[in-house]
Amino acid sequence: MNTAIPSEAKIALRGVEKRFHVQGRRVDALAGIDLDIRAGEFFCIVGPSGCGKTTLLRILAGLETKSQGAVSIGRSNGDTRRPLNSMVFQEQSIFPWMSVRNNVAFGLKALGLSRTERYAIVDPYIRKVGLSGFEHALPHQLSGGMKQRVSIARAFANDPEILLMDEPFAALDEQTKLVLQAELLRVWEETRKTVLYVTHSIDEAIVLADRILVMTARPGRIKEILDVAAIFGRPRKVEDVKSSPRYGELFGRVWGQLRDEVVAAQAAEEAEAKRQQSGPG
Amino acid sequence: MKSESLPAAQAAAPPVEVDADAERWRRQRRIEKTLSVLSPLALLALWQLAALAGEVDTRFFPAPSAVFEEAWGMIQSGELWLHLSISLSRIAVGFTLGAVPGIAIGLAVGLFRPVRAIVQPLIDATFPIPKIAILPLFIMIFGLGEESKYAIIATAVIYLVMINTAAGVHNIDKIYLDVGKNFGAGKWMMFTDVALPGALPLIVAGLKLGMGVALLVIVSAEFVGAKSGIGYLIWTSWQVFQVEKMYVGLLVCALLGFGAAILLNLLERVLIPWKQR
Repeated sequence: MNTAIPSEAKIALRGVEKRFHVQGRRVDALAGIDLDIRAGEFFCIVGPSGCGKTTLLRILAGLETKSQGAVSIGRSNGDTRRPLNSMVFQEQSIFPWMSVRNNVAFGLKALGLSRTERYAIVDPYIRKVGLSGFEHALPHQLSGGMKQRVSIARAFANDPEILLMDEPFAALDEQTKLVLQAELLRVWEETRKTVLYVTHSIDEAIVLADRILVMTARPGRIKEILDVAAIFGRPRKVEDVKSSPRYGELFGRVWGQLRDEVVAAQAAEEAEAKRQQSGPG
Repeated sequence: MKSESLPAAQAAAPPVEVDADAERWRRQRRIEKTLSVLSPLALLALWQLAALAGEVDTRFFPAPSAVFEEAWGMIQSGELWLHLSISLSRIAVGFTLGAVPGIAIGLAVGLFRPVRAIVQPLIDATFPIPKIAILPLFIMIFGLGEESKYAIIATAVIYLVMINTAAGVHNIDKIYLDVGKNFGAGKWMMFTDVALPGALPLIVAGLKLGMGVALLVIVSAEFVGAKSGIGYLIWTSWQVFQVEKMYVGLLVCALLGFGAAILLNLLERVLIPWKQR
């Protein structure tokens, strides 16, 4: 449990557990996660629904507490003002009452930067996600895909040590998703931030990740970690990855690991539904 | 106020027919608008004819022309403005005295659980009392002057604004609080950039409700405890059986409500441009 944390690890998790109580019943969400994520790595987590992958992300984001274990995010040299992490959320999370520019600048305002400083930093990111000309637009004037672009720009502009992404494209249609994945890769390759990316889509994980972690059904454990970087290098193009024969092979390997867990998760869900149907007690 | 069914109608139609569709929709809107203007005019005309023909009792339902004539006379003599201005200033002062602390207390109740624990039972216990029932008490405390009118309006307004503001803060989508926390917003920024704007739609809804109640309360208060104002005008006109004057009072009440609604809708547009209408 108390193995030394390797120095090149940007994110280190040791024996991280999460329990919570629902109507007096104990639910184990995460059971002993040990994980090292390297600096500059794009790391994807896939797992059946309810396996605790979002919980893990939220613990790292400081939005939830862990029940046990240790979490550390490495600081790059000296810069103590830099935020540790910024999260891109799955649901609509940009403020409806702020312009695109002020939304993207939100984290910088929290850091205490002046308006001029903020806008100077923010505008290039707005351009990078293809929203030039929309700086003053309000979110209700944007499509779902554009809103997630704002959310991504907000996280990148904050220049944190690590980026956390919780299925940011899950609510988008397939084609928008393809475009945004390519854009995310492009912006990421410019900055090479350490990214922890949660998704339920194997396809998305292969396209984006250096490594893919497959989690077990609840309580979430590490089942397998697959190396994608060894197969698909950088810079990477979405269409190149998808048209490669090795993509199918990799997909099969990930699904081979994941399938049993999905079946187990569904069985658990059915058992839970039955228990609730038979009344309290 | 206005139903914006245009985008939906366009989206549903196949692309080639969009122009024809939009044209049909515009024509329909024109007809609807004309009808909405015509219907009250038609009613007035009918009323006028019935009054002239002696079909309605003009002691109770004087002809619209007689009412307008009376109104014109009252405008020229300055009598109408006297009553209207005094009611307006009572509403303005009372509304402000109710709305400002209402928003402040509502925010505190929504943001801080201990404040909620203290204030909530007091609100629950006193809210059901009809506000006009407190008028005698206020007249006792503040006398027959303006202060008792301000107080009764402020009391009526403060509840609605307070309750709505607290609900507005309380019902902010949790995701926005998560974003604030994750991006390191401090307490003050959480308030100015997240809680306050997030609660604004319900705050404005509370102001609208408060304005409606303010109009209701001031007219009733002026019935019994005043020597001027629109409510006083209506009440004394009926006592001396000047029915036309009474109708002028009713007309002004309707216009006041209408004007207040327009003003607050304008405020809503300025304050909450992101609200889908």
